[in-house]
Amino acid sequence: MSARDREVEHDTHLDLLSWLLRQMIRIRRFEEKCAELYSATKIRGFLHLCIGEEAVAVGVVGALDAHDAIVSTYREHGHALARGVPMESIMAEMFGRATGCSGGRGGSMHLFDASRRFYGGNAIVAGGLPVAVGLALADHLTGDKAVTACLFGDGAFAEGEFHESANLAALWHLPVLFCCENNRYAMGTALAREHAETDLTARAAAYGMVAWSVDGMDVLAVREATDRALAYVRSSGQPCFLELRTYRFRSHSMYDPDRYRDKAEIEHWKQSDPIPALASRLVSEGLMTAAEVEEWLAEIESEVATEIDEAVAVAEAAPLEPVEDLTRFVTTAAGDPVRRTS
Amino acid sequence: MALEKVTLGKSLTNGMRKAMDRDPKVVLIGEDIGKLGGVFRITEGLQKDFGEERVIDSPLAESGIVGTAVGMALRGYRPVCEIQFDGFVYPAFDQIVCQVAKLHARALGAVKIPMVIRIPFGGGIGSPEHHSESPEAYFAHTAGLRVVACSNPEDAHWMIQQAIECDDPVIFFEPKRRYHDRAEYDTDATSAPRGLFEANIVRPGTDVTLLGYGPVVKTMVEAAAAAEAEGTSIEVIDLRSLSPLPIDTIVESVRRTGRLVVVHEASSFLGMASEISAQVTERCFYELEAPVIRVAGANIPYPPSRMEEDFLPDLDRILDGVDRALAY
Ligand SMILES: Cc1ncc(C[n+]2csc(CCOP(=O)(O)OP(=O)(O)O)c2C)c(N)n1
Ligand SMILES: [Mg+2]
Repeated sequence: MSARDREVEHDTHLDLLSWLLRQMIRIRRFEEKCAELYSATKIRGFLHLCIGEEAVAVGVVGALDAHDAIVSTYREHGHALARGVPMESIMAEMFGRATGCSGGRGGSMHLFDASRRFYGGNAIVAGGLPVAVGLALADHLTGDKAVTACLFGDGAFAEGEFHESANLAALWHLPVLFCCENNRYAMGTALAREHAETDLTARAAAYGMVAWSVDGMDVLAVREATDRALAYVRSSGQPCFLELRTYRFRSHSMYDPDRYRDKAEIEHWKQSDPIPALASRLVSEGLMTAAEVEEWLAEIESEVATEIDEAVAVAEAAPLEPVEDLTRFVTTAAGDPVRRTS
Repeated sequence: MALEKVTLGKSLTNGMRKAMDRDPKVVLIGEDIGKLGGVFRITEGLQKDFGEERVIDSPLAESGIVGTAVGMALRGYRPVCEIQFDGFVYPAFDQIVCQVAKLHARALGAVKIPMVIRIPFGGGIGSPEHHSESPEAYFAHTAGLRVVACSNPEDAHWMIQQAIECDDPVIFFEPKRRYHDRAEYDTDATSAPRGLFEANIVRPGTDVTLLGYGPVVKTMVEAAAAAEAEGTSIEVIDLRSLSPLPIDTIVESVRRTGRLVVVHEASSFLGMASEISAQVTERCFYELEAPVIRVAGANIPYPPSRMEEDFLPDLDRILDGVDRALAY
């Protein structure tokens, strides 16, 4: 490798790390702001935060091409932000404004942006899994090279829809990337109380898929595994399963009193917070000095704070959809199709 | 005699506790119903007192929960399933329609399916789509199921016990926005004020019959009080049983008042009010002074919470319905 090549590689690596770090911070601060707005009753409905799980959102979603599809869950703010759905339109959606990515009708759990192939958050656990298989089947039939990434929780793994979908994708050789965010709990139910066999990777493999388990608190590990999985799916046309071992630092939703988890366990997991972990890696890899990282973090924080403040201001000023309009889009405007005569 | 002021939610808990005390075959099964006591805390404390074999925490598997209960019911158990929110019942819909509702008929009566499926339903708590719906018509439409909805603490206390004692499968709708409503009643009483499948005339009246179930009953009573001040006498009926339909009580009332307004949160299109309207028209054609008026949800997906007030039948919309009936 020439000195020039090494320099390019170094820069590319640094670019990647910088993107990952910035996105994780964006998501973290966005979520914190949402919690604050929820407590102030500016955001209504339900609110499920992904604080602690940012490395999964950023590592997986960042590895996808813009043309790849995403199917997500109700804990999807991070996925949408990493996808490039503008923060303004996500925040507006939180506020229920007409300018939100779902017109203000969806709210926190139902972010949707078809133009970015973000096929939605979903309040129904496991509801998106078969849909992901269908997106992949369509891509397969049209000769499209896209992959469909489907994110879901360890709880969803217990639903029949997961098992039907895994079998279908493997049976029909479909380009689905199953991304199981295993945060060890489905609401109040711990992994060992929801699964007879808690090795989810082994169970996914039993469907005839390549399946890996990944440290979901290490954003680079997530990114590398996703890159590898995507390369495999694209070249083989087969599905792949990633178990991303992660942890939510907060309760299931803003409603949940979180009585079922040990404080010590939560504290233990907080030690592997993906954000400081990546920051210190910049130093340990010799990419930056501690002082440089410090300065850089301050810069990111201030930029992110500005972005969030602006998103909130824009959302607050945005209009609500008029009630009369709620009958729109229930079915297509075209309605009755023209009868074919030929 | 123990007059106590109890919430609707606690009345359900107490009712289940009584049923479990009486009959060791009564078991509860659902998601996070044990240690957590369910998201609405309706099963709070029951696992502690009855153990993990009678209050069974299930993984996320609605079809599995309901189907498992069918198997247990076949062997003489009386399972009570909890569905966390109305919108989460659909993975179990196949089991409910194709197994729960059918096996008694398939076996020509040789087996019974004495199970209860509890579903918190309706809106008004600021929660979004899939968490605020009123899916009762899907179930009432299915032969082989009994479908009831409670509206107040005392009924909740009794109806859940009666549903558990019923030898047929009962879909039991709980008005989630009324869980915290309180009422005083005798918690020690030894017999229920009325049967599970009977309607209740909550407030007698002479000019219009106002009929509904679940969360809207309270609003209907308020509407009747408001109308009385204006000189209109409204008879309020809490339907309680959606299937079988206590049609005789309704018909008897409509024959007296000549007018019927039916209220529910579910979409009016093919909602309970449509069937009631048809039956009442068939039986009271000559006594009716006005067409049967429906005050119900719009035929759209459940709206975002800030628009709930426009969607749900409130006092004004109910009174408007009454006015329309009186205008003929
Ligand atoms: C079909 C269905 N059943 C139940 C629920 C209620 N519910 C919402 S989230 C959740 C836990 C899901 O856990 P998991 O899949 O591990 O995702 P996590 O919340 O941990 O990200 C439950 C039980 C639901 N939304 N949909
Ligand atoms: Mg989980």
